[in-house]
Formats: sequence, C-alpha cells, structure tokens
Amino acid sequence: MNFHPMAETSFPVQQIRRDFPILDQMINGYPLAYLDNAASSQKPLAVISAIDHCYRHDYANVHRGIHALSERSTAAFEAARHKVQTFINAASEKEIIFVRGTTEAINLVAQSYARPLLQPGDEIIITAMEHHSNIVPWQLVCEQTGAKLKVVAINEVGELDMEQMISCLNDRSRLLALTHISNVLGTINPIVDIITLAHKHGIAVLVDGAQAVPHLTLDVQALDCDFYAFSGHKMYGPSGIGILYGKRELLEDMPPYHGGGQMIQTVSFEKSTYAELPHKFEAGTPHIAGAIGLGAAIDYLNEIGMQFIAAHEDRLLDYASEALAEIKGLRITGQAKAKSSIVSFVIDGIHPHDIATVLDQLGIAVRAGHHCAMPLIKYLGVIATTRASFALYNTTDEIDRLVQGLEKAKALLA
Amino acid sequence: MNNMLRELYQETILDHNRHPHNYQHKPTGANRCAHGYNPICGDELTLYLTVENGVIEDLGFDGHGCAISIASASLMTEALKGKQVEEAEQLFNKMHELLTTEQSPANVSDVGKLKVLQGVRIYPMRVKCATLAWHTLQAALHQTDEPVTTE
Ligand SMILES: Cc1ncc(COP(=O)(O)O)c(C=O)c1O
Repeated sequence: MNFHPMAETSFPVQQIRRDFPILDQMINGYPLAYLDNAASSQKPLAVISAIDHCYRHDYANVHRGIHALSERSTAAFEAARHKVQTFINAASEKEIIFVRGTTEAINLVAQSYARPLLQPGDEIIITAMEHHSNIVPWQLVCEQTGAKLKVVAINEVGELDMEQMISCLNDRSRLLALTHISNVLGTINPIVDIITLAHKHGIAVLVDGAQAVPHLTLDVQALDCDFYAFSGHKMYGPSGIGILYGKRELLEDMPPYHGGGQMIQTVSFEKSTYAELPHKFEAGTPHIAGAIGLGAAIDYLNEIGMQFIAAHEDRLLDYASEALAEIKGLRITGQAKAKSSIVSFVIDGIHPHDIATVLDQLGIAVRAGHHCAMPLIKYLGVIATTRASFALYNTTDEIDRLVQGLEKAKALLA
Repeated sequence: MNNMLRELYQETILDHNRHPHNYQHKPTGANRCAHGYNPICGDELTLYLTVENGVIEDLGFDGHGCAISIASASLMTEALKGKQVEEAEQLFNKMHELLTTEQSPANVSDVGKLKVLQGVRIYPMRVKCATLAWHTLQAALHQTDEPVTTE
C-alpha cells in the first residue's frame, strides 16, 4: 500500500479497513463495528504476515545460535527494536527494553528504579485518572519501603488539577507516574509542562503511554520523560509485547528486574555479571515473533502517517461527541479540552452492561464497566461507564450505528 | 427489536428492573445479612433476611447492578418470602442448574416465574449477573462472614 500526502477529508478509511481482515465479518447478523480499541486494537495484514513469515521462514531463538535461522531471527528482532527507537525518537537502542506490556514496564520501574531509592516517608505521586497498572505497582513498592502514595485530583471536566499537582511536588517526592492519555476520560494530559515542572524539583517522571502511542506522534527526547511505557496490542501489534523506554543513565544504574538467561555476561555460583543494556532487563527468551509483529505495526503506522491518523481520529471524536450529546439522558464523562478518541458515557437509568449487551446484539463492540480504573470511576460518582473508543479504521457510519443502538437500548430498558 | 434481546430481556425482567420488589427494604428483626459483589462489573448487593424457626419470614435487598442482577434479586426475594430455609436451598440448586447448564433442564416449571432468567445461559458474561443474588443468599443462610464474590 502506498499512501500519498492526503487532504484532511480524503483519509482512505475504506482502503485501510481492507487491511484488517477481522473487520470483515458479521456479528449477530450485523457487520462488526469494533469500537473497543482502547482495550485492544485489531491487527493489519502486515502484522499478521510478519508473524506468519517469522514462524514459517526465520524462527529460532535470538542471540544464541550460531546458525542461519538464529541469525535471521536476531536480525529481525533487533530491527524491530530499531523501529521502536525511531518511532518514539529515543536517543539510543539501548533505551528500548522489550517487555510484555505497559503493566510489566511499570512494575520494572517500580522495582528496579524506585524500590532501591525509596526511604520511609518518601513520596510517589500518581493521579486520580490512572489505570490499575499505574496504581498497584506503586502501592506494592510503598508497602515494601514505607514510602507514601500521593494522588493528584482531577476537575469536573476530567483534567488534572494543576494547582494540586504543583503543591504535591516537594523534596520528599521521588517519582511522578502519570498517564499520557486517560483510558476512561480520553483526557490528554499536558505532560510536557508537567515533566518540566517535576524536573525543576529533581523528580523523575514515568509516563504511561498505553493509550497515547497509537494516536500521537511521540518524541521522548522532546518530552524529556525519564520513562515511557506502552503496549504493542493497543497500537495494532501483537499482545504479549510492549516497551519500556528509559533514559540510558537511569537504566545503567538500575539493578536487573528478572534474573535468568540473556541478561547476564558471566555466571558463576559466587556472582554473576550482567549484560549491557538493553539485555540486562530482558531475562529469558523474549516474545520474538511479537517484537517482529510490533515492528511491522510501526512500519504500517509510518506508512499511513501518524499525523493523518490523529486527524482522522479527531474527526471521529468530534462527530461522536456531537452525536452522543443529542441523546437525551446521556452524559459524557470526560470533557477535557484536549481529548483523544475515547468517549465514556452514562445513560440515566440504564446500566452500562445492559447497554453493551444490546449493542453487541447489533454487532457493535464497546466496553462497559470500570475499565481497570476503579478509583477513577468512584471519583466520577458513577458505578460504571460505557466506553466507545475509535481507531484509524473506524467510520462515521459506525458512530451513527452506535447512536441508533443506544436509542434502541433506551427504548428497551429505560 | 432483535429476538435474542427479547429472549434475554423478557418483560418480567424489565418490570422487575424498573420496579424492583423488596428493594431498599431492610426487614425489622433482620437476623441474617450478606454482601455480594461481582468484581468484574462492580455489581453490589446486600441481602437482609429475617429467619425464624427455619422459615424466611421476610427479606429485602439493597445495592446496584444491571437489569439482570436487579431483576434476579427482586424475583428471588419475591419467591423466597415465607419459604422454609430448606426449600430455599432446593431452589438455589435448581436455579444454579437453570442458569449454568447448557441445556434447559427438563423441569424448568419447578422454578415458576424465575424461569424468565434462563435467557442468560447463552451469555457467558452475563450469567454471573443472574447468580449474584443467589450466591449472596447462600452466604446469608450459612452466615459466612466473608463478603461473597462471584469469583
Ligand atoms: C492507560 C493504560 N495503562 C495501562 C494499561 C495496561 O496495559 P497492558 O494490559 O497492555 O499491560 C492500559 C490498558 O488497558 C491502559 O489503558
């Protein structure tokens, strides 16, 4: 496929849809409308073929065998690392650690960066809009060290309370961990300002980029974040593979997270010495085909162009926000000025699970529940929300069907 | 409207969801209580019973959840009022079978009005919504102190 620079309205969404074989199917008698992309996105043929090609032609363990297949696998695996580095504009490949996903990346930082550093009474700062995976690892490390967890509040529209953020940062703060984009509210946090602010206080910043990477053009050097975590499966790549980006000087000083093969230089029963970055943090046989698939996803995104994807998704967000606002009794939770293509909402008198079941019967996939952000849901004063999240292959027709489906749900259940 | 949806959301279920029976009712002299929780969807239910001489004299519930879980709790409390604890246990077993086995059991009529819930069987993700009230009942009758969950 060869894309040319395109005018805003000529995003070739129908052509793109044909790249995703899974979209071409009927669910309960209706064409599938997949609007659960914030949970996980679908895979283009380019990714499916790259994985298929790996297992058919090139597969062997990496960094070990002195034979052709191992060399090919290693080359493809390391090429994928290079693609990730360029995609997020990291300074070095050594700063790109392959992990299982965002969750593992955050746990790694909690245990290898924060834990050795934390003294009783030190503080870790998170926000009220974090996913469980950016809450629980910090609670664990706080229990282990006697550090305290501080939570920055959000306002009514779902934006961070910057005044509180400022007042939270003090000389006991050791790390600020926050999401780039909220998976429930869609809020895009002003992380450049926040990182600058934190650095003024000498506080390191971890950004949870799980929701941001598929939607934004990312430049970790421009952001100047210390750590950036994301998952392959939300950016059209395979599940089970993800990335921890970390600044080299920080990673160099951190102890390994897991011990095992691949992460060592020499092992004796008295003492082992560790491999260089990035391998120090990659114990055991990695998800080889997964990394290669992630590399293919990045190629695919680059071919289309992140700026065009973002523009298309912004149009979908505007369209959906307007259309949903027309529905009586529907309230959108999360009305931040800077928002990504995620819309959570509640409808008076109808439980989100019933909404999701009705929509599923009409071939429309959405998410209903607490979206792994129970503290946020409680904060919003609701029990659960329904969430529609849009990707590069979604269309305004699908949003029309969502609206019609919600009207049906209301007619049936309200 | 889609037939599958009608099958699941039968009129009786919709009615009980809109106007649940014994809802926000804590019987005077309630001597059994249990809390039920479905961690996957956040449905919560508190059940109160007044049990005297092996008979459920009165019962009521509180909480929030989807149409299926509210209707299930409402129908359950309605069915159990005045029943012996033993009968309640039997009904639990029958409901369990009705909601979780693939084939509709032959004797569905045994459960009376409660059979309207059998539509959930083909929605694996929704079965727990219907069974939450019943698991909570078990906990209340056996007075386990732990909050019950559907997991
Ligand atoms: C904001 C955010 N952070 C973290 C995660 C966890 O990602 P994973 O399950 O891929 O580790 C998710 C995914 O649901 C997310 O949306």
